[in-house]
Parts: sequence; structure tokens; C-alpha cells
Amino acid sequence: MTAATELTIAGARAALAKREISAVELTEAHLKGIEALNPRLNAYITVTAEQALEQAKAADAALAKGEAKPLTGIPLAIKDLFCTTGVKTTAASKILGNFVPPYESTVTANLLRDGAVFLGKANLDEFAMGSSNATSAFGGVENPWKRQGDNAALVPGGSSGGSAAAVAARLALGATATDTGGSIRQPAAFCGIAGIKPTYGRVSRFGTVAFASSLDQAGPVARTVEDCAILLGSMSGFDPKDSTSADVAVPDFAAACARGVKGLRIGIPKEYRLPGMPAEIEALWQQGIAWLKEAGAEPVEISLPHTQYALPTYYIVAPAEASSNLARYDGVRFGLRENGGDLKDLYERTRRAGFGDEVRRRILIGTYVLSAGYYDAYYLKAQKVRALIKRDFDEAWGKVDAILTPATPSAAFGRDEKQDDPVAMYLNDVFTVTANLAGIPGLSVPAGLDTRGLPLGLQVLGKPFDEETVFAVGRALEQGANFTATPSVRAAA
Amino acid sequence: MSYTLEGETGAWEVVIGLEVHAQVTSLAKLFSGAATEFGADPNSQVSFIDAGFPGMLPVINKECVAQAVRTGLGLNAQINLWSRFDRKNYFYADLPQGYQISQFEFPIIGKGEIEIELSDGSTKQIGITRLHLEQDAGKSLHDQHPTKSYIDLNRSGVALMEIVSEPDLRSPEEAGAYLTKLRQILRYLGTCDGNMEQGSLRADVNVSVRKAGEGFRTRCEVKNVNSIRFVMQAVEAEARRQIEVWEAGEEVVQETRLFDTSRGVTRSMRSKEDAHDYRYFPDPDLPPLVLEQAWVEELKSGLPELPDARRTRYVGDFGLTPYDAHVLTLEKETAAFYETVAAGRDPKMAANWVTGDFFAGLNRTGHGIGDSPVSAENLGGLLDLIKDNTLSGKLAKEVLEAMFETGKAPAEIVEERGLKQVTDTGAIEKIIDEVMAKNADKVAEYRSGKEKLFGFFVGQTMKAMQGKGNPAMVNDILKQKLA
Amino acid sequence: MSLDTATVRRVASLARIRVEEDELPRLQSELNGILGWIEQLQAVNTDGVQPMAGGGSEKLRMREDRVTDGGIAEKVLANAPDRAGEFFAVPKVVE
Repeated sequence: MTAATELTIAGARAALAKREISAVELTEAHLKGIEALNPRLNAYITVTAEQALEQAKAADAALAKGEAKPLTGIPLAIKDLFCTTGVKTTAASKILGNFVPPYESTVTANLLRDGAVFLGKANLDEFAMGSSNATSAFGGVENPWKRQGDNAALVPGGSSGGSAAAVAARLALGATATDTGGSIRQPAAFCGIAGIKPTYGRVSRFGTVAFASSLDQAGPVARTVEDCAILLGSMSGFDPKDSTSADVAVPDFAAACARGVKGLRIGIPKEYRLPGMPAEIEALWQQGIAWLKEAGAEPVEISLPHTQYALPTYYIVAPAEASSNLARYDGVRFGLRENGGDLKDLYERTRRAGFGDEVRRRILIGTYVLSAGYYDAYYLKAQKVRALIKRDFDEAWGKVDAILTPATPSAAFGRDEKQDDPVAMYLNDVFTVTANLAGIPGLSVPAGLDTRGLPLGLQVLGKPFDEETVFAVGRALEQGANFTATPSVRAAA
Repeated sequence: MSYTLEGETGAWEVVIGLEVHAQVTSLAKLFSGAATEFGADPNSQVSFIDAGFPGMLPVINKECVAQAVRTGLGLNAQINLWSRFDRKNYFYADLPQGYQISQFEFPIIGKGEIEIELSDGSTKQIGITRLHLEQDAGKSLHDQHPTKSYIDLNRSGVALMEIVSEPDLRSPEEAGAYLTKLRQILRYLGTCDGNMEQGSLRADVNVSVRKAGEGFRTRCEVKNVNSIRFVMQAVEAEARRQIEVWEAGEEVVQETRLFDTSRGVTRSMRSKEDAHDYRYFPDPDLPPLVLEQAWVEELKSGLPELPDARRTRYVGDFGLTPYDAHVLTLEKETAAFYETVAAGRDPKMAANWVTGDFFAGLNRTGHGIGDSPVSAENLGGLLDLIKDNTLSGKLAKEVLEAMFETGKAPAEIVEERGLKQVTDTGAIEKIIDEVMAKNADKVAEYRSGKEKLFGFFVGQTMKAMQGKGNPAMVNDILKQKLA
Repeated sequence: MSLDTATVRRVASLARIRVEEDELPRLQSELNGILGWIEQLQAVNTDGVQPMAGGGSEKLRMREDRVTDGGIAEKVLANAPDRAGEFFAVPKVVE
């Protein structure tokens, strides 16, 4: 049979059910891989080996009794933005110090309910602010992929870089991630795996460290579209503890993957054809259109006229919300404290020492755009443009069932590139950020390699709460692409 | 006569607006399931939401919204079916999230109006600008340690209604009357217990001064004044300070101040230096608050009768004096007590007994209406005994005293002490005959024209009957026999 | 709209983030770079457009008034950098 770490989640479920492998064996295989590769990749901030083995033993017991649940015995990485009872949660920031949550996020609670095994807490950009995982206070993550003939370390993308790298390097079967402007889809694309940001309100935000509340959505990354569907099924669901959680039923996402795309109209937004976009990105996009056509879908040229304003809108809304969400990190009730002369001094020293450059920069931008005299020009303006961006999509849904775009404007870049100019870094999210602003689902599917052998992704956008169609289209792309390449750094089979 | 303060340059008018923070009566907090009870152990009524922990999210308490709507209805105010919560951002040790969830641009309640009563008997309409829901902060204790402040978050997240008045108040008396009236309405509605000692009701007092005929000058806000008396004192102290500033040729600076109750002066508040820039924005954790008109109607139909309506009814239907009606409606509990006493009885007689001997009895025994040893039913029973001539007025007073001491029903006391009024004609005649026989000389004098001796005979008869003779019957029979 | 150093200082103070004098010029130029880029939004015609505040639903859901939480002082205080008994402790505040 396939090596334990090479299994898909669907495959592992079957193997566990047939007792071809035990949950303990599956977990041990991953822990072994982590032990060997994490010192280099830095994909995990915290490894919870003991707890994982306990959970695996319990999973084996459940399997033996025929009481398996949807994820019994499946080893996962948890982005270190989800609070986990009794396990240090850092948000990749120094400011949380040795914070140990006395509570569980709804997402992780749902996964535990379904029998999952948690291998540890995955690295990320500090407070999920970044596109390279370089802003983590615990050091960057190395992308397990290499350019052909070049051993230079590349970024895994961000902010869910640790989650994506862990899954790509076979250090977990799947992982939780979060996406505020592209933080699931961009690292998934950079690491050659799949990842979905569901509709805003589909997954509870309770117990997940907030970055920008109106944009944040948790979702899974995994090596196949179907695996993402399986994980999303467990993560989703109405949560009365989150006032923005949608009270809608959770459909069988995994079943939707097999629906096919015959007769679906697929929107191709012309505004996503950026000037100066690498030819291979354009070529991949055309290839994606061809695959879907072959599978019976009909491409339709559409216009999303406010697309170009999405990024600047995002860089007002997200920092504004973040400046307020991060005010609670003040050294009084938990986390780091740097003593000062008086309380104000304590706040200022704590927050100077506790937050990294990028987080401080965004807090300052957010504070400024909300401050007296500037609110209308920046924040209110951005909210109006956001409404226009959403309206663009609402109008498109009259003509199409889903939308196909590239996932990122480039493949993974080197660790020392793009780090000096914040705006250049922000451009990574150009194709992904619209879905967050409009609150719609977006799936990144690995679809090909660039000329230097690095993975590239395609993105499927869908109507609110129509992840099923998104999964169906994603599965069709996956079948067309038949993406079988693997990163050069990965757990030994 | 309008109220003014004399400065060196002449008379100054005082302009006052009140922002009252009223703690909503509810079991749990506005956005968390922690309890609101007063006086619990530090941090024992705190959820992770109230303490601003990472990933915690607010979920609104329906009863708090209902209480705000009831209050809005009681203030004759506009109920906004669409309102929204905003974040008010500032740093303070007892503000765990670094922002207060409040309603800035779209409050749940809009413009309203209440009538205040002044000591000269006049009334005045005071405009309500708005009412909005918000969270309370925690409590900082500054006197527990030489170099540290201690933080208790029990209050953090408790629902408050901020009720903002128009700058319609013109004197300390009006400010006091406004707060008194507002408190009365809240207590009637049951939406706030009005307990100022426990901080359930606090006022921020906006004060400015001006010369007659001028527009508004710069105002200062005196924060967190926690009694009606202090509000009145703070208004005057702050107004006098501002007059001095203006008269010294300086400018009053708009700022937040504190009232030092021991020295009777206001002083600038250091911790509010960011007050000019709260960076309000819509709270992304909370969709808009949308109310159904039908629900508002349902709440409206469940409202109790408010003091103004009740007072009008007491005067109109019961024939009470405006003063008695006012006194009886001051507190909801008093009015309810009175109505129980008056039910099926003479309302004026009931009012006299409640405001007279009953209130006196409460005072004497140190009780309030809530823990009165004399129940309304028993006081009513006492009135029935007067009505059916079982007791004379004088005996009734004695019985009431005994009721205060023992808490027993009047009939029981009458029975025990044999206080029953004698209405047996034969018995009264027998006593009168004895009195006349013993005082034959006085009878002769009376019959020869000294009619003022009649009182003497009444006194002697009552004395002989230990006060139990029915006064009217004693009078009648004496008149017949002496004739 | 570009920021001068005084504004950067004021914003940092509002955000309670200590900024050293020698950090100001770089921070100022970074923030101005971002703000200059954001400026392009002013070109969008948003007349009559209702601002979009939240990410999702249109209406707040309300919970019943029941005490379901609290009574966990020890857990609430467990991560505190400084505490005194059942209180959090901070340097003395002058109001």
C-alpha cells in the first residue's frame, strides 16, 4: 500500500477503516517526518507529540469498537491562530508570550468531535499579517519546493505558510488555515496543494485569534480537493457563539466534488488579466479554461470592473479592524508585559516589544485611517468601494455559476525578495482579496508548474454558500491538471 | 424667576445637559453569559469575552434590547428599528478589549421628552436626545496598594443605557429634578434599579455658562457623579469655576473633569487625554440590530402605568390632591401599596391613612415600603374596621401602632386587646346614666344654658368606656338625655 | 494626504506603540508609501453607495437572558503577568 504519509485523507480513512494501518502508526509516521524535517522547514511552532499519540490511541479504540467518526485517526496540523485548550497559542507573535488558552476554538472543537488527531500548531505570519510567512516571531517557514537546479530557500506564502508547507512536505494529511486576504489560497498555490476559503459565516470565528473580523474565514488546506471538502465539512456549521455565523445547513461537500461541471457557466473576468502578468500564468489560466470546457462547462467572459480597487480597499479595511482587534494585547491580562513608569508607558513598551514591524505598521495605518478627520476619506470610502466590489460579483452571478482566475500573480519567491517594500508584498493578494471583500468562497487548486518547476494554482470563486459548485469545478480542474509533482523536501516514504 | 449666578461682570446663566448611564436590569451581561449581580468576589462574574481574551466574540442579550426599548417607550421616544453597534477605541486598564462596544451613529432610541416638576409647583419639558446601549467597563481600585492599581472585571460587559438629555436644564434644581424623574421612570419600568450608591445610575454632567441672550459657550463634562445631591453641587461648582475663567479673560477649555465631593470642586481628568479621538467604527463582530415593529408593540402592551399617568388618574378619578398624588406615585412600590389599600374603599381616606399615619409608622420603626410590617391588605382591613364602626379613628391609630409592632392583622389585635368599639345602645345609655348621676350638678348647669359643658360629658363617657364608645352614638344619646 | 512626523507620533501614541525618534523617518516614509497607494480609491465614484460594514448577515441574532458563564476567576487570571489575589494588577493609575 501507499506509504502512510503519502495517503490522502480519503485514502487514510479507508485504510483505517479496513485496519490496514492503525491510527497510532499513521500518527507516528507523521511525527517521525516532523522530527526529521521541522528543524529545517519550521512549519510547526509547537509539536504536540504526546497528545497526538494519546488521540491516536483513542482513535484506534474507537475504530476497534466500530465507532469511527468522519476524521477518526486523521493527523492534522492546526494553524497557531486557533486557540487550543491547554496548548500554547502564539499567533506567531511575541506579544502572546506563553499564553495557554483555557478554551477551545469552535473549529478545533469540531475537528476533535469528529475524531481528528492534532500533531501540533503550525507557523504563520504574525497575527496572519503577511504573504510570505516571514513576519512570524518564530522565524520564517521554508517552502518544501525548490526551483530546478537552485537550492535557494523559497517562501511558502502566507499567512498560512506553516499549514501549507506541512501538508506539502507530508508532515500532516491536512491542516486548518485562515484567510483574510488570500492567506489560505496563496500559500496553497505556492506549495502545490489545495485550499478553500469558504463563504463568510460558514465557519465559526469563535476562539480564532482575530485579524480583521469582517474578512477572516477559516478553511482547510490539503493535498486534494476532496480532502478539503472532507475537512471543511467538519470545520463548518452554525455556531451561536459567533454573531456572524450563518445558520445554514452544512451540505455534503465531498459528494459535491463528484458532481461534474457539465452545463456550468464559468465566468472569466477580464480584469484579472493584469498588465505585466507572467505569460505562464496567463497560459495556465487558458489551460484551465480548456480543461473545464472539455469537461462540459461553458466559459463566459465577464467583467468585475472594480477589481483594481480591491487591494487598496483591503488595505484600509483590514488594518482598521486589526488596529482595534489587537488593542487587547496590552500586557494586563495575558501575554507579554514590558514594565514602564506608568500604565501608558507599560502599554507602549509592551506593544513595541511584542509586535513585529509589519503588525505595528498595520496597526498604525489602521489607527490613522480611523482617526478624527480621516474616517470619511479612508474608512467610509473603502466601505463604499467594498460594496461596489460585492455588487460586481452579485451581477456576475446572474450570468455564471462560478468564476475561474489565476490564484497568484507569480510562483513562490525567494526569502530575500520583496521584503523591503510593503506595497510590493501586498500585491501577492491581488487575485484572492476580492473574495474576502465580497464574502464569497474561493478555492485554490494546484494546476501546473512554472518554467522553473514551481507549482502554480488556479482559483475558483463561487456564489455565497455555494461551496458545492466550487468543489465540483475544483475537482474538474484537478482531474484535467492531473497534478502529480511533489516537492523535493518531504517526509521519507 | 430664572436661575443665575452672579459674577464680577454680572449675572451668568447656566446651561446643563446630562448623560446618564443606567445599568440595565438583566440577569446576564450585554454580550456574555456572565452574571450582573452586585457585590460578588473580584473577577468571579467574568467570562473570557468580558476579559477580552483572544478569539472571543460578543452575542447580544435579547432582554437588554427589550429593556432599552421599554425605556425608550417610557421616555416617549422614537424607537429605531434599525440600529448598529460601533467600537469606541481607547486604552484603559479596566477596558479589556481596548474598545467599548457602544452605539455611536445609529442609536436604538431617538428623540424623546420628559416632564420635570419643580419646587414652585411648575413643570418643564426636557428633551431627550437619544438613548443607546453600551458595555460597562471594569473597576479600577487605586487605594489597595502604594504603587499598583487593582482591576476587577465583574462589571466589564454589563449592559448600560446611556441616556442623553438636550441642554435644556438651567439650574442645579432642574438638573436634580430631571435626574429624579428619570430615575423614577426607570424604576417604574423595571429597566434599571436606580441604585446610585451601587453605581447602577451615574451621571456625566455637561456644564457651560453664558450671558443672557448669548449662544452656547464651551462646555466641560463632569464625569461619573453618583448622587443627585452631588450632581446639583457639581453643576454649581463647575459653573462658578467657568465664570471665574471667563471673567479672568481666559478661555474655558473643553475637557473631562471629576467632581471632588470632599472639597466640592471639579478637577481635570488626566486619564481622558485621548477623549477627542475614539476612532469609532461599526463593530464587525455584530451585524445590525434589526427589530420587528410587532415585537415593539408587544413590549409596549406589557408596559406598566408610568408615574405621570398614574398621578393624573389619582387626581382625576380618586379626587386626591395633586400633592398626595405626587407623593403616592414617587415610587412604584408606594403606588402599588396605595392601590391595594384603596381597592374597593374610599380612595381619599386610603390616601390620608397611607400618607399620614402609615408613613409616620414606617419612619418611626425605620422601615421602607418594601419591608413594611404592615401589609397593604392589613391596612385596608383597618380601614374596613373604621368604616363598619368597629373602630373609632382614635382606636384605629392605636391598632395601627400595634400592627407596626407585631405585624398582626387588625382584627386579631382588636380581638386580643378588646378594643372593639361599643355600639350597643343599651350599654352606652347605661354608662351615660351613670355619668349623669355622678355629675348631677353639671347636668343642672348644662340644662340652665351652659352648653359648652357638653364636651365634658362626652369626655367622661368615653373615659368610662375606655375610649371604646362609638363617638357618634355617644353624642346622639347624650344630646337626647341631656335635653 | 501625507503624514508629517508629528502625526506619526500622535498616531503611535493613540495606538500605544512606542516609537523611538530615530525610527520616525523610516516609519513615516513607509506609511506614506502605503497611504499614497491607497489614495487611488478617491478616483472611484461612490455617490449614493451604501457602505458595506460587515462581512455577512444582515441582522443580529439575540440570545436569551440566562447566566451561562463566569465563576472561572482562576482561569481568567491564570495568564496574568501580574496579579494580586483575585485582581489583575497594573502600575498605579492617576485619574
